[in-house]
Amino acid sequence: MVRDRLENKYDWVVVAIYALLVLVGWVSIYAADYDPDVTGSIFNISQNSGKQLLFIASAGLLITGIYFIDAKLFDTFSWVFYAIFILLLIIVLLFGKEVAGSRSWFELGSFRLQPSEFTKFCTILALAKFLGPGRNLDDIKTLSLAAGIFLLPMGLILLQGDAGTALVFTSLIIVLYREGLSPLFIIAPLILLVIFLLTLLVNKTALISAVVILTLLGIGLSLRSIKQVGIIIGLAVLVIATVQSVDFVLSDVLKPHQQRRITLLVNPNVDPQGAGWNVMQSKIAIGSGGLTGKGFLNGTQTQFKFVPEQSTDFIFCTVGEEYGWLGTTAILALFAVLLLRVLMIADRQKSGFAKVYGYGVASILFFHFAINVSMTVGLFPVAGIPLPFLSYGGSSLWSFTIMLFVLLKFDANRAQILGRL
Amino acid sequence: MNERAIVIRAAVLVITFILIVRLFAIQVVTDDYKLAAENNFRREIIQYPYRGLMYDRKGALITHNDPIYNLMVIPREVDLEDSTVVIDALSLAPGDYTERYASARRFSRSKPSIFERQISPTLFAQIQDELSRLEGYYFEARTYRAYDHNSFGNALGYVGEISGRALRRDTTNYYRQGDYVGISGIEQEYEQVLRGKRGVSIKMVNARGSVEGDFRGGEFDTVPVPGQDLQLTVDLELQRYAEVLMEGKVGSVVALDPSTGEVLVFHSSPNYDPSLLSGREFSDNFLQLQRDTLKPLFNRPIQARYPPGSMFKTLQALIAMQEGVLGPTEQIYSDLTLIGDLAPAGYYDVIKAIQKSSNNYFYKVYRRVIMQGDHPNAFVDSRIGLEKWKAYCHQFGLGVPLGIDLPNENSGNIPSVATYDKLYGANRWQFSNFYSVSIGQGEVQVTPLQMANLGAIMANRGFFYTPHFVRQIGNDSLVNYERRIVGVDSSYFNVVVDGMEQVVAAGSGRRGFMRDIAICGKTSTVENPPYPDHSGFMGFAPKEDPQISIAVYVENAGQGGRAAASVASLLIEKYVRGEVTRPWLEEYVFRGEFF
Repeated sequence: MVRDRLENKYDWVVVAIYALLVLVGWVSIYAADYDPDVTGSIFNISQNSGKQLLFIASAGLLITGIYFIDAKLFDTFSWVFYAIFILLLIIVLLFGKEVAGSRSWFELGSFRLQPSEFTKFCTILALAKFLGPGRNLDDIKTLSLAAGIFLLPMGLILLQGDAGTALVFTSLIIVLYREGLSPLFIIAPLILLVIFLLTLLVNKTALISAVVILTLLGIGLSLRSIKQVGIIIGLAVLVIATVQSVDFVLSDVLKPHQQRRITLLVNPNVDPQGAGWNVMQSKIAIGSGGLTGKGFLNGTQTQFKFVPEQSTDFIFCTVGEEYGWLGTTAILALFAVLLLRVLMIADRQKSGFAKVYGYGVASILFFHFAINVSMTVGLFPVAGIPLPFLSYGGSSLWSFTIMLFVLLKFDANRAQILGRL
Repeated sequence: MNERAIVIRAAVLVITFILIVRLFAIQVVTDDYKLAAENNFRREIIQYPYRGLMYDRKGALITHNDPIYNLMVIPREVDLEDSTVVIDALSLAPGDYTERYASARRFSRSKPSIFERQISPTLFAQIQDELSRLEGYYFEARTYRAYDHNSFGNALGYVGEISGRALRRDTTNYYRQGDYVGISGIEQEYEQVLRGKRGVSIKMVNARGSVEGDFRGGEFDTVPVPGQDLQLTVDLELQRYAEVLMEGKVGSVVALDPSTGEVLVFHSSPNYDPSLLSGREFSDNFLQLQRDTLKPLFNRPIQARYPPGSMFKTLQALIAMQEGVLGPTEQIYSDLTLIGDLAPAGYYDVIKAIQKSSNNYFYKVYRRVIMQGDHPNAFVDSRIGLEKWKAYCHQFGLGVPLGIDLPNENSGNIPSVATYDKLYGANRWQFSNFYSVSIGQGEVQVTPLQMANLGAIMANRGFFYTPHFVRQIGNDSLVNYERRIVGVDSSYFNVVVDGMEQVVAAGSGRRGFMRDIAICGKTSTVENPPYPDHSGFMGFAPKEDPQISIAVYVENAGQGGRAAASVASLLIEKYVRGEVTRPWLEEYVFRGEFF
């Protein structure tokens, strides 16, 4: 009887979108690796599509498990989970297997596991636990603690050499914003980013002259307030420092492949056979899809392996090439609806913990989705993060599944929680 | 709803919208990426057609195709450690490899370029196994021209890789870099039928460059169409004989079949082996031929301009009779006062004047043609006469290109009013300024082909067909060439032809006389100061059933009755009788002592 009622409270719209995205991902993985001479059925276990089916099936087991577990468990043990995965991140740093330049994998027989994927979930739990009771984020100490919760795993993952995944944690700033963080913390980094990119695109002296002129103008307009003049001069110094630091950051802080990815964003035609290859081929794949696409298994870019990493980070290319603009727009629309739905669910939670958790899930999904798609169409440097639910890979599918279905579990349970209060 | 919740939702929608717009831009608005995708996976493999062969009039093979190989390279796939194998196999100079690899890479990393061109079958057999194993190299089979006859290059022309300039000038957009194309001679003139049609097979290649299969199941593939064979009008046996006779001499031999205009012999001496200009050593050989002081690349039969000399007198007689200023049997007294002469003084009619080659007679005849009394002023009268006379010459194919099917035909020179206006000023010249034209000297210049054609006009008694080299293209018999009438009555021709018969029977050409084959001809001893005279002969045979007309020029060989008449007579005998019965005359020609 109780179970019956629980089912009815599940948000089936989210479940349906989830299922649809996973299905599209599975079919696209089959297409991405399709080779008429080798590939057999989509169920062939030696192919990525067969393996992905196993991952999907095990994701189903996870969903069932979550369905039966008491939701209070996540609330109660969130710090424990967080601690365990922080520990795992440290261990993997010491003993993990290095794949493609980053030490972020455990190898268990033939399967590999990436703890950083699951750390996202645990970090959201911890953040929810911390912010759930309602905290004042104007307080520097509270803010530092909250930020520390995700800056710690982020730092560890950065040490593994997986900048893409580390970057994902910055999305949690959205959660802080929702919980009362001053918008300056979002606007300021964005402005700095814009200035950074402008420096790459525009002549540096011209940029600095513009800043100086604007500063003088600002000072002229606010001569009566000493404080304002101080702020304006401070800002100007900061901006000029950023501009001046670009070269240093580009050549001394970033790794060579990261430098290339950023210069490529500014000028995609540099070295089309070398570092620009991925982005160029990815854009060609998507662009050649046209309005309606070339059809299932008919993508030439896909079939002839012009796009590297196509079943993982560049799975969106397959959608773009074989189903065209209608296909890509449909996928984007599904993601947008999913995100809005998750936000809606988050906002209707009665417990602070569940609500913060919901925003965390939305932030992570949003970041993955936006960055991954931007990267395939050349709007963002190649960051190496998967497209949720579609990209090939067990760790990523499982981690997103857990995140999403734990939220649904909280949602279904909210009446109970209310009852207990 | 909370303000911040709205801001977050708005951010989601705005970013999704930006991505959708971006996707619309690259997927729907621009075609760039569709083209790029096609370029990525499509590779056109050109299948070169077989170039048409050439046969002589009896079916003997003149030129055919031999296999040759290009070593192609696809820089993307090359492992630079293999370079030593390639360097050894091709015996490359140090630095060559790097340079060629770099230039291929500049052209394209993923598309093939020629690494080494025109590898002979022998070398190919030696290096094929070794090089085919290497990634990124493959051989492309082509054919090049080979010849069954080591001369005749002046008519055949040659085939070579198309030049950048020719490629840019090709308005039909047929040719591509690396195509072979006929560059001169018959190869150039009949390029369109000889070349055939290139085939292309479009393959799909993957990112590594290996072929994945036919593009759209071969829907757009085309099969190469082989070029059409040509049957030439040339008699290879006779041509060879002409070459043998002209060995060691400089000049031309042209023989035509007067009844069709077909070219039987077309020899420029010295000649060269056309295989020198086919294949790898083209540049070196071409340079060497170009530097040769005897100019073997100069196609004398259609490019050399000689004064016609005495053979021109036949034409002068015809024009004068047709103009009504000379009677066929009219006796004119030659007193040897007007112009230097070898013929004795006395009365001459047309036949005797041609037989004896009387200079003073033709001085008077030509003056009658030029100064017909149409105008009291001698200067104006000369202008009118010269214009009339020039029109006849053009009718005879002189001073204009005959239109033979070879490129770069020279039209020779027939002086006109403009010529002398320029030399002396308008109305400041008259007959006496150019009387030497009466005997084929002075400003008048002709090509050997034009003289052979004059022989054909004599043989036909008043018409000719445009000289040509091709009888049959593929299976289609050519060619109805139009009969071109020169506008002089055949009765006048009979008179001149009788005179020409006498030249060989009892005149300057008697060295070429045969009892059973009546040769009608006229010798020329062409003045060429300060150098020795050229020896010339123009004629046809047999008189009543002409089978061959011929013109021979032997440069600096003295009297026309010696070198040229002998060569012509031997060739006529060989063609008409099928064998040569005068070894002593052959011996005389071979010895080459004509003074």
